[in-house]
Amino acid sequence: MERDITLTVNGTEHELSVEPRTLLIHALRDEMGYTGPNVGCESSTCGTCTVHVDGKAVKACTELAVRAEGSEITTIEALNEDGELHPLQESFQEEHGLQCGYCTPGMVMTAAEFLEEEPDPDREEIREALEGNLCRCTGYQNIVNAVETGAEKMRTETAADGGTVEGGD
Amino acid sequence: MYPDEFEYHSADSVESAVSLLAENPEAELIAGGHSLLPTMKSGLASPDALVDISGVDGLEGVERDGDSTRIGAMTTYAEVADDDQFWEDATVVAETAGEIGDRQVRNRGTVGGNIAHADPASDLPGAMLAADATVHVHGPDGGVEVPHEDGDTASGYVKKPSPSSGYAMVGVAARLTLDGDSVADARVAANGVMDHGTRLSGAEDALEDETLDADAVEAAGAAAGDDLDEYMVMEDQQASAEFRLQLLSVYTERALEKVGERAGAL
Amino acid sequence: MATEERRSGPDGVETVDADDVDAADILGSAIERREDPSLLTGDAEYTDDIQLPDSAHAAILRSQYAHARIEGIDTSEAEAMDDVVDVFTAEDIDVPGNLPTAWDLDTLRTVDHPVLAEDRIRYQGDALAVVVAEERYQAHDAVDRIDVDYDRLEAVTDPETALDDDAPVVHEEEGTNTAFDWEIGDADETDAAFAEADHAVGIDVTNQLLIPNAMEPRAAIADYDDSDDELTLHMTTQNPHVHRLLLSGVIDHPEHKLRVRAPDVGGGFGSKIHHYADEALVALAAKRAERPVKWQATRTETYLTDAQGRGHETHAELAVDDDGTIRGLRVDTAANMGAYLSTFAPAVPTYLYGTLLSGQYDIPAIHCEVSGVFTNVPPVDAYRGAGRPEASFVVERIVKEAADAIGMDPTELRRHNFPDPDEFPHATPVAMEYDSGDYDKTLDRALDLVDYDEFRERQERAREEGRYIGVGLSCYIEACGLAPSELVGELGAGAGLWESGLVRFTPSGTVKAAVGTSGHGQGHDTTYAQVVANELGVDYDDVDVDEGDTDALPQGMGTYGSRSAAVGGSALVQSARKVVDKARKIAAHQLEADPIDVEFEDGEFYVAGAPDRSMGVQDVALEAYLAHDIPDDIEPGLEATTFFDPDNFVFPFGTHVAVVEVDPDTGEIEFEDYVAVDDVGNQINPKIVEGQIHGGVAQGVGQALYEGAEYDENGQLVTGSMQDYTVPKAEHIPDMETDSTTTPSPVNPLGVKGVGEAGTIAAPQAVVNAVVDALEPFGVEDIDMPLTNERVWRAAHGNGGDS
Repeated sequence: MERDITLTVNGTEHELSVEPRTLLIHALRDEMGYTGPNVGCESSTCGTCTVHVDGKAVKACTELAVRAEGSEITTIEALNEDGELHPLQESFQEEHGLQCGYCTPGMVMTAAEFLEEEPDPDREEIREALEGNLCRCTGYQNIVNAVETGAEKMRTETAADGGTVEGGD
Repeated sequence: MYPDEFEYHSADSVESAVSLLAENPEAELIAGGHSLLPTMKSGLASPDALVDISGVDGLEGVERDGDSTRIGAMTTYAEVADDDQFWEDATVVAETAGEIGDRQVRNRGTVGGNIAHADPASDLPGAMLAADATVHVHGPDGGVEVPHEDGDTASGYVKKPSPSSGYAMVGVAARLTLDGDSVADARVAANGVMDHGTRLSGAEDALEDETLDADAVEAAGAAAGDDLDEYMVMEDQQASAEFRLQLLSVYTERALEKVGERAGAL
Repeated sequence: MATEERRSGPDGVETVDADDVDAADILGSAIERREDPSLLTGDAEYTDDIQLPDSAHAAILRSQYAHARIEGIDTSEAEAMDDVVDVFTAEDIDVPGNLPTAWDLDTLRTVDHPVLAEDRIRYQGDALAVVVAEERYQAHDAVDRIDVDYDRLEAVTDPETALDDDAPVVHEEEGTNTAFDWEIGDADETDAAFAEADHAVGIDVTNQLLIPNAMEPRAAIADYDDSDDELTLHMTTQNPHVHRLLLSGVIDHPEHKLRVRAPDVGGGFGSKIHHYADEALVALAAKRAERPVKWQATRTETYLTDAQGRGHETHAELAVDDDGTIRGLRVDTAANMGAYLSTFAPAVPTYLYGTLLSGQYDIPAIHCEVSGVFTNVPPVDAYRGAGRPEASFVVERIVKEAADAIGMDPTELRRHNFPDPDEFPHATPVAMEYDSGDYDKTLDRALDLVDYDEFRERQERAREEGRYIGVGLSCYIEACGLAPSELVGELGAGAGLWESGLVRFTPSGTVKAAVGTSGHGQGHDTTYAQVVANELGVDYDDVDVDEGDTDALPQGMGTYGSRSAAVGGSALVQSARKVVDKARKIAAHQLEADPIDVEFEDGEFYVAGAPDRSMGVQDVALEAYLAHDIPDDIEPGLEATTFFDPDNFVFPFGTHVAVVEVDPDTGEIEFEDYVAVDDVGNQINPKIVEGQIHGGVAQGVGQALYEGAEYDENGQLVTGSMQDYTVPKAEHIPDMETDSTTTPSPVNPLGVKGVGEAGTIAAPQAVVNAVVDALEPFGVEDIDMPLTNERVWRAAHGNGGDS
């Protein structure tokens, strides 16, 4: 039996009808067309479906769409603003932190939230923060480099803004 | 990947949750969903109905209350792990919450859900035992009550995660109260080893009234598995019972070294 | 031979924006990848992202058991469900439906591989029925309602047991589990070498089954137009043309009415080369339903059905003299082929394995016997490295054992047996002729980076403190870019291994390049554009690259075996040169000069000795299409296609060194250092090379320490999810230091060798050798991969760790 719900994704309200069992990731991808976040496993392990729910990194495969009503959902599609890549997106490109790109939306969303909390992490902290995001292509080293570089860019931007760290959402 | 169909009920109060459960005897409660949804996606669980308590007010939060702190059932691991005051008050529980799963799981998974699911390989059971926490199962006063550590007490948690799942192959939580150099009270507990969290009385006995030094730590590690029924030690594809006991011994030492350092004794 | 060194620390090669690179320097520059913005913003289009109007969703019922007779399948309940469009089983399809094997061997027992099991199940992922429903959840619901009556049979999963007389037989009609017996080298000469040598060293090694784990599960969407019989498949493929050809036969659909298109593909590592039942079933479903049908494997399905890799049980012996001279090598391998022969499966444990057993060494006599064995596991086929990691593992493990046995430093034993750089091309006793090499150079560099000279002393001091550190080497050789086609045909390939490349100027002077390879994360759009821009002297941004669509490209062979740069890149070079040759004639005509006198440099044609009489190639393109004033014997237009068929394989090589610390009380392993010095020939884009090495090493470290498909006694996969099978996480893979030497390959115009598989080939034995070295005081000589903490602990305590 389907339910009518309203989900706010990247600032836009969407009205849709879903079964209670519909996972958030499928509502995003199949019902609303946000195909940035991907599906890589069904055991809540790989993190390729990671989105932000009320600013927190969440695996969208481990949440029911009906439970996301009333939350602000942000996907990778909204991380860049005004056609400009987010500093983390830039740094992933500069540091070759992606190859096939399938894990990348989740990886970037987790990293973006992590850097909000810890703007100047060391390499070990970065590796730990990404333990819920699997990548099979890069061997992670250039991802860690990308997060380090992205952090630096974000700190510089923050300093230039003279204020608190601004996130992608 | 695709859960079976179920009826969905959203509770707006503890009372409504209780009555929804009474009306739907086959229903499961869903809190953060990070234990339940994976089992539903893999087909291991197929409840007819879910009663969602995420909309119930007042179940979330880390509240200091005199000599103890109450953690609401719907409090996420991240909230617990990120609470600086709670780190001071009950280090072992805060530290353990920060070791559960991964970042995204900690943002969503809840303390109440974890305890209700009672997965032996989860991290919290050991910490709850070491911290001497009390679980209140129902009502507005529900949640976990964790007594505070005083100035002579230190605690901590170490774990050996499964490389694939991140669950604890062995986790050891310890809380030591010192009287000068010697151990006045030791609470050492493990998860991942038995089918439930368990106190390690062998290790505790080896520590109590002893001077907290490298020898005592080593002796406690060696005695960690002494009082466990070896037939009940978990054995799976990740590790044999024999190896779990070996890890238990080493990780007990590591936990005690960490706590000893925090206590300034080692 | 030109040699250039390129060094990178943990931060790696620094990238540059293509806009900041002079056109003349574009080839060889570490420019940022042009495909990244789309991948980073969610704009990328993977197969499951495609939503065609009126799509239905397919789900496939897989066997519950690994080995069983099918007594009956009852689909009635599923068919009766709301929103179920179609349900079909083997008896409902009237096409050949038999998946082919495209590599033959003399003794090969070719067995039927039906797309839907008819009367027998041979592995747990075998497909039994297809459901098509309006939504994916419903399709999966309906699959659960299909009732199958099984008569279970005993299963066998490891190749050695499967060869026992009383083992269950996977293909009853064959009466044996032997899929083939194959040998290479000279048995008599090898026996003689052993008879004369001072020592013989033997090892038994297991190269465990691995699951590829591309992050994107396999998927396909079939779109059928009844009015003109056109069938389009959007799918996760590494080789659309190969898929089109094979699929055309499997579902009996004319090849010219079939289009296979690879959208963005999320990794492959070999697993998306092969023709699986699934794409045929989706195609059949779309034809039956006359509407688009989409299917995406769940991760569980990929664990049960993706072709797995490795799966060798090997006994090897090395004959060696007191002075370290290797005299001969004898290898006997049982190779797990799984339940059926997958697309290129027979080639993997034979021509991609036995031919590499000489490693980097001058070994006078080698003899290798391989039995391919049917078992009740998924088909085993190419997975990153495919045969070459297995060979390198045998060679590098036995060389280390031999060094220990004769009391020689393992680096010295290796060095003693390297062919000299001036001995190339170097012929081995296992049919290879190595194109070029300078093995001392990569070894020296790698040893230097880990301070090998200091290491033994440091190791001794550490041991005195109760710490156990070890160093492990891997001097590997790889063969990739398999060629020429005539040779691979003689070896049994049912295909040629050339590659096509088209270079086409548009009238406005921009360039379309089209290649028959099919990238899935390697950055081909970037590197091919670098190659073409360099050849034509045009701006990098003026070159666009197309791949992965049978309708848009000349015929092609795809991306696997580290072949894209060496074969596909070379095809583009040749086409670009043909274009330049034609353009030269047009330019000469316009400049009123003899073509012989017209030079071409940096995109400009000019008359020798009169550089002011010049014309840019992009202006020539316009003239070629205007065709108002071109030579009489020249056709209008400016494009060329080449089918490039190299004369030989290319042979990348290198040295990887792992330095580890092992805790004997827990079996825990920490990396102190991981150094990779690779020679992959000329580098088109050093950053992409570095990324390939990193990723390859990560998969090699995964094999060494974490990964392995494990089955219970009933043939059920125990490691059936990412919770149980360790795909390495960020914290499991060390920072690596990469470096390279450059020994250009003489067999292609780019001088490139290939880099996709190097890291995976090199890493496992470096890690295992390091751990064994660390535990030498405990008498440890061997530990089976993966080196789990428990296995290492058991080895250190002498209680069965090397079982």
